[in-house]
Amino acid sequence: MTVRKYLVLLAIVIFGATGDALLSRGMKEVGEIHLNDWHELIYAIGDPWVLGGIVLLLGFFASYLTALSWADLTYVLPATAIGYVVLALIAKFYLHEHISLMRWAGILLITAGVGFVATGPALTEREEDVAPVEKIGREA
Amino acid sequence: MRALYTWGAILTIVAAATAGDVLQAHAMRKIGDLGELRKSRGIRHVILTVLKSGPFMFGLACMAIAFFALLLALSWADVSLVAPASASLTFITNAAAAKLFLRENVDRRRWIAAIFVAAGVALLAM
Repeated sequence: MTVRKYLVLLAIVIFGATGDALLSRGMKEVGEIHLNDWHELIYAIGDPWVLGGIVLLLGFFASYLTALSWADLTYVLPATAIGYVVLALIAKFYLHEHISLMRWAGILLITAGVGFVATGPALTEREEDVAPVEKIGREA
Repeated sequence: MRALYTWGAILTIVAAATAGDVLQAHAMRKIGDLGELRKSRGIRHVILTVLKSGPFMFGLACMAIAFFALLLALSWADVSLVAPASASLTFITNAAAAKLFLRENVDRRRWIAAIFVAAGVALLAM
């Protein structure tokens, strides 16, 4: 794992948490949508907070795809789970949602899980999955 | 009734997100390191290669379903319930799907990590 790769994982955490927080703020503004009026979801995209959230989640998506190109899904997901801790903190201090003792215990467990996986190998090595350009580099 | 709708939306998010994650991980593995590809062929080539991938586009459709289910769920419940609850279940389904479909080496360390994270995320939802 290089510094660049750790930065990609950090980008997933930051973009994901802030994107979700903006979406939540926007959907609170839009209000409750009933199943019968599901098409109102399209108008929800016009809300500036929802739009901002979507832009940030596009950044999340680009970083996420980059990480999946050199690491296993079962590495990337737990390694970036610290984003839920960031989201909980944003929910508490910015969206003014209540964080109970149970939630703080959850934050501790997530941090422990991230520690477990982040110290292990990022990729299951399989010869047939190596991209042709990388294969040539290895053979040279 | 609202709780029932919320959990229905959360289960839809989990199913669609798992299918999307597995399909996209499969597509990215086939394409190879995007950073290296960008250095050798440029960003335009990277974007076109990704967009031309069938599994990626199918995965994207699954992600879109998960996204609209998320918006619905957020209109019914707090983000601090919806995001952790759906993610918690997705960690477990993803670990099983990655082992089954992507043949990833989900060893004891990764199972423990997935269970710790899932349990932690579930506690966040309480």
